[in-house]
Amino acid sequence: MPNMNLSHFEAAFLFALFASIVLGVVTKRSDRERIRYGARTFLYFMVALVGLGWLMYLGHG
Amino acid sequence: MPEQPKIETTPAPPLNAWAPAVALAWLVPGGGHFLLKRPGRGALISVSVVIMFLFGLMMRGAMFQPQTGDILTTVIYVGGFVGDLASGLLYLLSVWLGYSQPDMAGHVHDYGTKFLVAAGILNVLAMVDAYEIATGKKD
Repeated sequence: MPNMNLSHFEAAFLFALFASIVLGVVTKRSDRERIRYGARTFLYFMVALVGLGWLMYLGHG
Repeated sequence: MPEQPKIETTPAPPLNAWAPAVALAWLVPGGGHFLLKRPGRGALISVSVVIMFLFGLMMRGAMFQPQTGDILTTVIYVGGFVGDLASGLLYLLSVWLGYSQPDMAGHVHDYGTKFLVAAGILNVLAMVDAYEIATGKKD
């Protein structure tokens, strides 16, 4: 099994991507709603990722 | 004496209507949806869960072993073990083939451990979805 080295951002990005896909697929009732929900969830993940990243950066001074 | 209000209960769906789909959804991520003739959704679940699990292995994430002690230890280790186990055959095969990674410091290993557990938890969501489709609660 090959080793994989990812940065924090890359790992969190992939996590957000796959989690959003599954959440979109299992949550809503029509394909249109699923795509919208998956995209919105992914956007929220990204906003939280960048926001918390900046918060920790600024918190460290 | 006032009459007690009647609570209407719906009968539980028969076991044979949903158990095969849920069992297959556990063993093979997305398999329940394929069995229920939802191949597109099954493929998306399958690809997402399998890739997450493989990335977790390639990042050398640790598998949880159930441990009890104080409440936090119990929640983390038993919960983590259940999360790992929820990946079905992916977990069983990796353990049977000898995958054993000690819990090590470092963000890559840490993400790997989280990817392994998250893959199982997403598979639990897929199992619930398969149950709802099989019992007619969802299209």
